[in-house]
Amino acid sequence: MSAVVENHDHHDDHHGPKKGLMRWLKTTNHKDIGTLYLWFAFAAFLLGGAFAMGIRAELFEPGLQLMDPIRYNQLVTMHGLIMIFGGVMPAFVGLANWLIPLQIGAPDMAMPRMNNLSFWLLPVAFGILLSTAFMEGGLPGFGWTFYAPLSTNYPNVAYFVFAIHIMGASSIMGSINVIVTIMNMRAPGMTLMKMPLFVWSWLITAYLLIAVMPVLAGAVTMLLMDAYFGTSFFDAAGGGDPVLFQHVFWFFGHPEVYIMILPAFGITSHIISTFSRKPLFGHSSMVYAMVSIAVLSFVVWAHHMFTVGMPLVAELFFMWATMLIAIPTGVKVFNWCATIFKGSITYETPMLFAIAFVVLFTIGGFSGLMLAITPADFQYHDTYFVVAHFHYVLVPGSVFSIMAAVYYWLPKWTGNMYDEKMGRLHFWLSFIGVNITFFPQHFVGLAGMPRRYADYALQFAEWNAVSSVGAFLFGLSQLLFLYIVVKTVFAGKKATPQVWDGADGLEWTVDSPAPYHTFDVPPKVK
Amino acid sequence: MKNKLWALILYPLSFFMSADWLDVNMPVGVTDISREVFGLHMAIFFVVVAIGVVVFGVLFWSMWKYRRSNNKKPATFTENHTVEILWTIIPTLILIAMAVPASITLKKIYDHEAEEGGIDIQVVGWQWKWQYKYLDEQVGNKPLSFFSNLTTPPDQYEFNRVEKNENYLLEVDEPVVIPVDTPVRFLITSNDVIHSWYMSDFAVKQDAIPGFINVAKTKVNVPGIYRGNCTELCGERHAYMPIVVKAVTQDEYQEWLQSKRDLAEQIAYLTEKEWTSDELLATGEEIYETRCAACHQTNGAGIAGFYPALAGSDVVMNDKAKQIEILMEGIRGSQMQSFAEQLNEVEMASVITFTRLAWGNERSGDGEIVIPKDIVEYKETNL
Repeated sequence: MSAVVENHDHHDDHHGPKKGLMRWLKTTNHKDIGTLYLWFAFAAFLLGGAFAMGIRAELFEPGLQLMDPIRYNQLVTMHGLIMIFGGVMPAFVGLANWLIPLQIGAPDMAMPRMNNLSFWLLPVAFGILLSTAFMEGGLPGFGWTFYAPLSTNYPNVAYFVFAIHIMGASSIMGSINVIVTIMNMRAPGMTLMKMPLFVWSWLITAYLLIAVMPVLAGAVTMLLMDAYFGTSFFDAAGGGDPVLFQHVFWFFGHPEVYIMILPAFGITSHIISTFSRKPLFGHSSMVYAMVSIAVLSFVVWAHHMFTVGMPLVAELFFMWATMLIAIPTGVKVFNWCATIFKGSITYETPMLFAIAFVVLFTIGGFSGLMLAITPADFQYHDTYFVVAHFHYVLVPGSVFSIMAAVYYWLPKWTGNMYDEKMGRLHFWLSFIGVNITFFPQHFVGLAGMPRRYADYALQFAEWNAVSSVGAFLFGLSQLLFLYIVVKTVFAGKKATPQVWDGADGLEWTVDSPAPYHTFDVPPKVK
Repeated sequence: MKNKLWALILYPLSFFMSADWLDVNMPVGVTDISREVFGLHMAIFFVVVAIGVVVFGVLFWSMWKYRRSNNKKPATFTENHTVEILWTIIPTLILIAMAVPASITLKKIYDHEAEEGGIDIQVVGWQWKWQYKYLDEQVGNKPLSFFSNLTTPPDQYEFNRVEKNENYLLEVDEPVVIPVDTPVRFLITSNDVIHSWYMSDFAVKQDAIPGFINVAKTKVNVPGIYRGNCTELCGERHAYMPIVVKAVTQDEYQEWLQSKRDLAEQIAYLTEKEWTSDELLATGEEIYETRCAACHQTNGAGIAGFYPALAGSDVVMNDKAKQIEILMEGIRGSQMQSFAEQLNEVEMASVITFTRLAWGNERSGDGEIVIPKDIVEYKETNL
């Protein structure tokens, strides 16, 4: 037995990280791959953010100032695609790579080589997608939802289709890896119900991804066939059905929305418990709530399509099913509040982001509940009210949770504490910026301003100007985030293994920074 | 210094005082349904505000009360079945209370039956304009039909060369006219991609989908001019296809119908008239600007990868018959639509003539003009 252990140590000595570029290209280490995913997501976040700045600059006042509507539509489309498939999703996969093995006491992900492949497919996919910028016809401009038949007649759509296929393959491989790792590599004694909530949230997310990514692949393949091979899946003139496209797309699209929020629930639960110095309220009800949300996500897709002219019974079903989601979501919010109640709370940067998440995500949930009321949705649908709604759940929702996670686990990843003052400054600038940007969009939406408009009527001018100012504030503050993270990677007060006095979990039992190989011998969980 | 400070304070204040600023809620609208929808909107809004006040109230109070400097010893409880059951059941009851009235209103909105004395108007979305066909009103031997195009001049939106109109981007050449207190059914479809017909004052938003006919029934109670938009991304000029509905009294409506019949007769006369190329050019340039320039551009150069150039095009310079065919039939699988219904014979001949003579096409090509009779002839042989 002791010989085996010695052998193990020996093994470690010779397989530290390689040097130079090849370390990153050929790595199979979950921490390296997590780092790659996170930096990729950060780059995408800045690029997608730059596109958003272009959009807000154009919308600063009525009229076309900076670009023609073709360019504007391209920015809107690419902003959506990059933020979803390049920003939020890879950021969560990066966190999964770093944290799942550490939180369940496993030495690495179950399939390390596939892990490498699923990351390196992403730059390939985005390379293909962005290459259209240099072609005649340019970038896709049909919205990230690529409704047929607008998309079937669009230039360069084949590049978009192949890029989506490759991203989908990457996501499916990543998800298989997550599920296999969680199911097989938990430390002895860690039963499913003892699993940390971030791991739980990712287990559910991974199942959602495997279920819906093939549906997206089907949608883009039918689109490709319609565009290049003379089929008529979505072409009414050939006997096809344009509404079918939307059903297929949103059957993917709605679970996709929860793919982008469930890991945020896991992160928030950890952080709120740590800084309240109190165990999470209702651990198992949190798990059940996430499972119910995931199951419900498969039966609410047509609430994105209330205006396509579905029969009354369908409208009623999707309205009621959508309203049901408020119940498990409410349970989660109440559980977080109950965790804070009677805690001993401090407000470090991760906690500030986590609380802002709870409050602003809930506001996004409120507008979501309003949108579920079908007759009212006939007014809200495809106006800025919807834009405000989904940005509230995605920006101060998913994105804030990712920022919270970065501040929370950065000392574990780098071994250095970040600059707390700078972190708080980043938080307040982001918090103020995000609200100035998106809150006024509720107003212009209710007053009737449609989304995806390059130009708009005069009565919307004032609030759009405000929204643009907020967007620039929010956008510029993210450069501060970049600075803080880079600075922490290279310097800072040394972090202890525990890092946060209230933190609980296996990742806090290893050194900071976490050694290249951890849990070669599984820990025991009581 | 002090003055500057005052200006800094007063500037935002003046900004806040402007009237548009307060335009922050859904319009109540001018139909029974729109008022009901507004009621639902306000009800659900107050429900979420009330929930927000309670939940955020508890959260912020706890955050203050249980800060570490005030509470060194955290509690350790992790569950409480009573409150957990309560915060599952109470939201469920609130949701049921909301779902019931919403379902009742929805059922009313879904009453699509034709009514005695009502009128049916077919609405067709085109890139980027709306066509209205009054299915019950004959003009000549066809239903009354016209297109509704944006009239805001490009000078106002491209580079903002001139001051914008009050109804910037919300004005059209021909509004759709409906009588008040009469059930009107809009039968909505599309000729190309998906559009959406959105009229906030009627609480109507229905997608215009090729191959489908969606019904929106409305009964406007108040005469007036109402403005709306396309709300489904339909390509580059998505923001430039507004909707204007003019609701008038029954008498005014009948007068308007009569004026439409008179106009049709007048056009029939103009078609027979002999036209000179100068007359055609003058009309043609105007039509080109409003109907063609959005894609093919004012200078006829098109946009590479999207819209072909007309300046220097072989068809435009040398193949009169082919050009007439393209304008009449459109090109399937491209964004070039049929203009057979959109332009009358005079307009069609003028705009074709304009393109054949403009941008140096006259010098490089055959320079032949097209007269309205050519179009009549084409229609007689092909349609």
